[in-house]
Amino acid sequence: MIVKHVLTAGVALGVLSGGLATGLPALAAGEIKIGDINSYTRLPAHTIPYRRGATLAIEEINKAGGVLGKKLVFVSRDDQGKPGEAVKVAEQLRSRDKVALVSGSLFSHIGLALASWAKQRKTLYLAAEPLADALVWAKGNNYTFRLRPSTYMQAAMLAAEAAKNKNAKRWATIAPNYAYGKDAVAAFKRILTKLRPDVTFVGSQWPGLFKIDAGAEVQALAALKPDGIYNVTFGGDLAKFVREGRTRGLFKGKLMVGLLTGEPEYIDPLKGEAPVGWLVTGYPWQDIKTAAHKKFLAAYQARWKDYPRIGSIVGYNTMLAIAAMLKKAGSTDTDKMVAAMKGLSFDAPTGPITFRAVDHQSTMGAYVGWTVLKDGKGTMERWQYLDGADYLPSVEETKKLRKQ
Amino acid sequence: MGDFVVTLLTGLSSAAALFLVASGLSIIFGVTRIVNFAHGSFYMLGAYVGVTTVQTIGGGAVGFWVAILLAAALVGLIGVAMEVLLLRRIYRAPELFQLIATFGVILVIQDVTLWIWGSEDLVGPRAPGFTGAVTILGQRLPEYDLVLIAVSPLVLAGLWLLFNRTRWGTLVRAATLDRQMVSALGVNQRWLFTGVLFLGSALAGLGGAIQLPKGGADLLMDFNIIAAAFVVVVVGGMGSIGGAFLAAILIGLLQTFGIQIFPNSTLILMFLVMAVVLIFRPWGLLGRPEIPGHGVVEAPEAPLRPAGRALRTMGALVLAFLLLLPVAHLIAPSVVGDFSLVLTIEILIFVLFAVALHFIMGPGGMVSFGHAAFFGGGAYGAALLVKFADAPMEIAFWAAPAGAALLAILFGWFCVRLTGVYFAMLTLAFAQIAWSIVFQWGEVTGGDDGILGTWPSDWASSRVAYYYLTVGFTVAGILAMRRMLFAPFGYTLRAGRDSPLRAAAIGIDLKRHQWIAFTISGAFAGLAGALFVYSKGSVFPTSMEIARSFDALLMVLLGGVHSLIGPIVGATALTWLNDLFSELSYWRFLLGATIIGLVLLLPNGLVGLGDSWAGRRLGLASPGSESGAGPGSESGASDREAPA
Repeated sequence: MIVKHVLTAGVALGVLSGGLATGLPALAAGEIKIGDINSYTRLPAHTIPYRRGATLAIEEINKAGGVLGKKLVFVSRDDQGKPGEAVKVAEQLRSRDKVALVSGSLFSHIGLALASWAKQRKTLYLAAEPLADALVWAKGNNYTFRLRPSTYMQAAMLAAEAAKNKNAKRWATIAPNYAYGKDAVAAFKRILTKLRPDVTFVGSQWPGLFKIDAGAEVQALAALKPDGIYNVTFGGDLAKFVREGRTRGLFKGKLMVGLLTGEPEYIDPLKGEAPVGWLVTGYPWQDIKTAAHKKFLAAYQARWKDYPRIGSIVGYNTMLAIAAMLKKAGSTDTDKMVAAMKGLSFDAPTGPITFRAVDHQSTMGAYVGWTVLKDGKGTMERWQYLDGADYLPSVEETKKLRKQ
Repeated sequence: MGDFVVTLLTGLSSAAALFLVASGLSIIFGVTRIVNFAHGSFYMLGAYVGVTTVQTIGGGAVGFWVAILLAAALVGLIGVAMEVLLLRRIYRAPELFQLIATFGVILVIQDVTLWIWGSEDLVGPRAPGFTGAVTILGQRLPEYDLVLIAVSPLVLAGLWLLFNRTRWGTLVRAATLDRQMVSALGVNQRWLFTGVLFLGSALAGLGGAIQLPKGGADLLMDFNIIAAAFVVVVVGGMGSIGGAFLAAILIGLLQTFGIQIFPNSTLILMFLVMAVVLIFRPWGLLGRPEIPGHGVVEAPEAPLRPAGRALRTMGALVLAFLLLLPVAHLIAPSVVGDFSLVLTIEILIFVLFAVALHFIMGPGGMVSFGHAAFFGGGAYGAALLVKFADAPMEIAFWAAPAGAALLAILFGWFCVRLTGVYFAMLTLAFAQIAWSIVFQWGEVTGGDDGILGTWPSDWASSRVAYYYLTVGFTVAGILAMRRMLFAPFGYTLRAGRDSPLRAAAIGIDLKRHQWIAFTISGAFAGLAGALFVYSKGSVFPTSMEIARSFDALLMVLLGGVHSLIGPIVGATALTWLNDLFSELSYWRFLLGATIIGLVLLLPNGLVGLGDSWAGRRLGLASPGSESGAGPGSESGASDREAPA
């Protein structure tokens, strides 16, 4: 009898402990590990280019001798699109893989969850792609930095351009029904009405994210009879909106403005049906003629046999930022790394970037221009690179936005 | 006026794809009683296969339509494959067990689709001849909308002819009404079921392919349509095709007009309609109330037995293991890393959540599809107190189960009036309503940005301290629920599950007992939610979403719904497997394939392992199996009228 019970328990314990025993990999002396977390299964179209850009940068840095005499190692993990999972993975990277810092993520809520975690665990977190303003302002903390231009910055750039059109006075908006969409609309409204007190916003449509009922939304927008429409939808929603809007003649004679609409991730799947004549933020990778970007483009295409997306350049810049920060800090001690991140300046293929000390937001800018069809594909014309520094609130204003 | 007419037509056209998907789901459920969660995946496959067939055949005036029908047929064949290879082998398993199999199929299809078609969204080909727009009263309407408006009635008519004018259709209708009778009359149900799966899946595939000119194919389509499809099926009446037609139009119009009047209502409207319909007409608009005794007859469940010596010993050893784990961590951190504690905390939280769900699902016989409402309700209850009252953890921890219990009292009052699948659907509706509120009420809940900074008080903030806190609450919670099930209350609950009529006859107010059980279950789910919030430091609407409810369901079913240790085993296994696989690139495929494998090997859940020879030798056998009455055990299964 006793033997039986011991056996029973032994099986149970074996099953339990098999999953729990996590052997600690030997920490190689000449390595600095960077923990990467992103939604690789939930939104692969946006995150795989990110990982490719990051990997390319790591390879180039290591080829040039690494940082502080050590090789950079990129430990990449999937967060399944869930904030709870991302926090768990972060714990794992920190305690098992002994990473020096954590970077990555695309969804805003996951970025926010990781920011909260970074503060609690006193670990450096460099948010690469999440756009939420709260990440560096209302919910900002000492350990969190963000590279990509935020929702506010990109909306501000578009509003400044849109304000130049004197005919567009009645505005309507359409945005996915979640935090990013709401932030994007609020920022655009605020800045446009400040620049042009004569405009009115006649209505807003809020389709569920990736659940747009495009025909109905287009009907509702048409009923508002606006002069200008500000679009924040993306992905499959954008494709449906554009197709339906064009067939129903919604865009005719209206100033169309699209946040992120010019990014290859969003405009390329539309192929020949890409919208024409929209004012957008995006990434016209084919036409950027600076030497630094040409070099990046050639290296990326050689390495991946594919062209870069916005995620690629963000991933690449993220790793450049980390390398520059490590050089400046001279150590992987978190306090020293955080101190080095503040005010860190480095040169990226898109131009010089600085992490503002006041809110930990980088000044990476965005490309703003007008969509056009070229060779049956959507791209941008008459674009310019706008430096993020010019579209961020002043230091005093930022201090008010940031609680701590 | 033109505005109104065009909006009306737009609503009708958007109902088309919804009707096709929902009618397929309804037919499959009506005959096989399988709640096919993989139906959304067939819709997605229809779209992807459609893009490929249109490219292959060429999108000419005839080619396009041939390609669309071909895509539907191919998806139908995939449905047949699922039936023959998978479902057919587990019809004998307890009701709803097939759910897990369809979960596995969802995961596998997601990764296979990603692998074949890549990650970029595909824009659908346009239908030749229908690319322009017609002008109606000064408003433009896409020509293809008119095609879609025509498709639904055509398909409806076709289905009516099929079901009323062919022998096969008559048999299907007969099987929908009374499966045993059809079987007794010598009809080979095997082929009937296969045929129904083909038809249902092909309709989903058609729905996916026919919406291509309006949209395209992307990897999120499966989960995006499935909730809407369930709403349509339930509102229309399960198994009723006419009902699905009516409900699809109702939902389509409501969405189209609703968007104009309340632009913010996009997330909540559908579920409000479903809740209202279920409350006032539980069997749907055109469905009929289920005739007692004519559903799936399950062998009565064996009574629960108090823990024997083997179980007590095992429990004590597991507890000792849990208590000693941090000690091992302190002594040998290189063997038992910090992360072992993190993972164990996560496992324990989900164990508590699964046990709470099992409390009503197993002994109560009430299957909830929306238990995340209480998990998230507890999580938000605690987080809101922190956010607005700056409450310390000690107070927030008690508020969480209390808040979840209040929510359960409210939802439960409506839900316990219903039974079976309708109960499940109403819980789903309420969970979605709760989710929408949390998601949209940004000023209070932070919306999608969630609530941050919910970390434990100082004394509990070290990993080991929080670990012991979790162990304490989880073990206490499990033992408390176990105690209740062996008290008269538990016996009453089980009496109500096994025979509501007899329970009522001896004077038991069954609904009240079920309501209380529902509330208790909600409270413990809320406690699990609070543990979750404080282990993650933040809470987001994802803790309330459908996927979270399904996770719990999966844990209970995978572990074994007939045993009290089932949910513990299921939650442990699933959380552990998820962590194990998630480091690999095609983890969804692996997890899905593992689930399917387990389902095929152990149709009674992981605890069913105990019924095997080795399990009996070890004294693990579930209580019923020795008397031979356990469903699915060898002697028990042979005298049951199995559908296959």
